[in-house]
Amino acid sequence: MNKASSLAVATALALSTMPALAQKTASQGIDEYRAMLQDGNPADLFEAKGEDLWKKARGPKNASLEKCDLGKGPGVFKGAFVELPKYFADTQRVQDLESRLVTCMETLQGFNAAEISKTAFGRGEMANVTALATYIAAESKGQRFNLSQAHPQEKTFYEVGKRLFFQRGGSHDFSCASCHGEEGKRIRLQDLPILTKNPGDGVGFAAWPAYRVSNGQMWSMQLRLNDCYRQQRFPYPGFGSDATIALSTYLGVNAKGAASVAPAIKR
Amino acid sequence: MADPMRIRAQSSGDKATVRVLMSHEMESGQRKDASGKTVPAWFIQEVTAKHNGKDVFSAEWGPAVSKNPFLQFAVKGAKAGDKIAVTWKDNKGDTRTDEATVS
Repeated sequence: MNKASSLAVATALALSTMPALAQKTASQGIDEYRAMLQDGNPADLFEAKGEDLWKKARGPKNASLEKCDLGKGPGVFKGAFVELPKYFADTQRVQDLESRLVTCMETLQGFNAAEISKTAFGRGEMANVTALATYIAAESKGQRFNLSQAHPQEKTFYEVGKRLFFQRGGSHDFSCASCHGEEGKRIRLQDLPILTKNPGDGVGFAAWPAYRVSNGQMWSMQLRLNDCYRQQRFPYPGFGSDATIALSTYLGVNAKGAASVAPAIKR
Repeated sequence: MADPMRIRAQSSGDKATVRVLMSHEMESGQRKDASGKTVPAWFIQEVTAKHNGKDVFSAEWGPAVSKNPFLQFAVKGAKAGDKIAVTWKDNKGDTRTDEATVS
C-alpha cells in the first residue's frame, strides 16, 4: 500500500466516525432544550395565579379555599399532592387533586361542581382549577410520592386503574400499555416513560401539572389523561371520572418513592 | 388588567442577572379561529427596564415572540437591595410595570 492510499483510508475512517461523535441523540437535544427552558418556566405564572385564587374570597358564598381539606386536614396543603388520589370520608369516594379542589369549590365557595366539570379545559372556572392544582402541586415539589392503599376503595381503584391501563380498544386497538408498557417507546421524538413500574424521579405521574411550550397551555393530570385517550382514539373520559382517578391511582401507587418535579415544563 | 410579571434579580460580582417572565397572549395575527376569522394581533411592542429609576434596557418586540415570554439580561453595577422595574406595553395600549429588589 502506498502512502497516498493509506492516507485516504485514514481519512475515510475519520469521516465515518466523526458524525457519530458530533451528533447528539434526539433525546439529548430535547433534554438540553428543556434544561434551557427550565429557568423561565411559565408554570410560575399559573402557580402565582393559583395562590391568589386559593387565598381570595370568591364564589356565591364569598369564601376562600384556605379551609379546603386535601387529605391532611383543613387548610394543610404542603405535601398533600404526593398523597393523592386518596379516599375521602366526607364524599365517600377516592378523589384526585383536581376533583377534590372542585369539591372544595362547591362546599366552601358555593360553585356548581357539575357545571365546572363540564367546562372545557383552559376556560372559565376550569382554568382556575388547573391554576389551583399547579399551585398545590408546586407546594409539594421535591417530595416523594406515597399514596395510601389502606382503604378498600383505594385498593379497588388501583386494580381498576391497572385493568384500564391494559385495556385495548378504539379504532387503533390501543391501550395505555401500548405506549407506556415497554422500554424505548416514543411518540415522534418524545421518549415515553414505562408506567407499569416506578419510572423514576420527576417522570410520568411525578411531572404533571406541566406547561406545554408548543401550545402555551398549562396541562393538569386530568387533561394529560384526557389527551392520552384522544391519541388512542377512545371517547374522552369525563373530568374527574372514576376511570381517570383509577388510572391516576395506578400511576401514583406505581410511582411510590419518586420525587415530584411538578409543575414541570414540556416541549 | 394584565396579570403580574415574575421578576428575579440576582447580583453576582459587579452585575446583576435579571430574569423576567411575562404573562401575555402574544397573538401573532396569523391565526384563524374556529369560524375562520383572523384572530387579531395582540402582542407586546415595547419593553423597558429601570435600575433605581434610571433606564438601562429597552427593546422593541414583534408578533414572533412566544406566548408568556421569558427575558433575561444583565445590569452592570446593580447591587443587592437595588430596585429593578420592568415595563411592557402592548399594541392595544395595555401596559404593566412590576418591580423587584436585587438579592
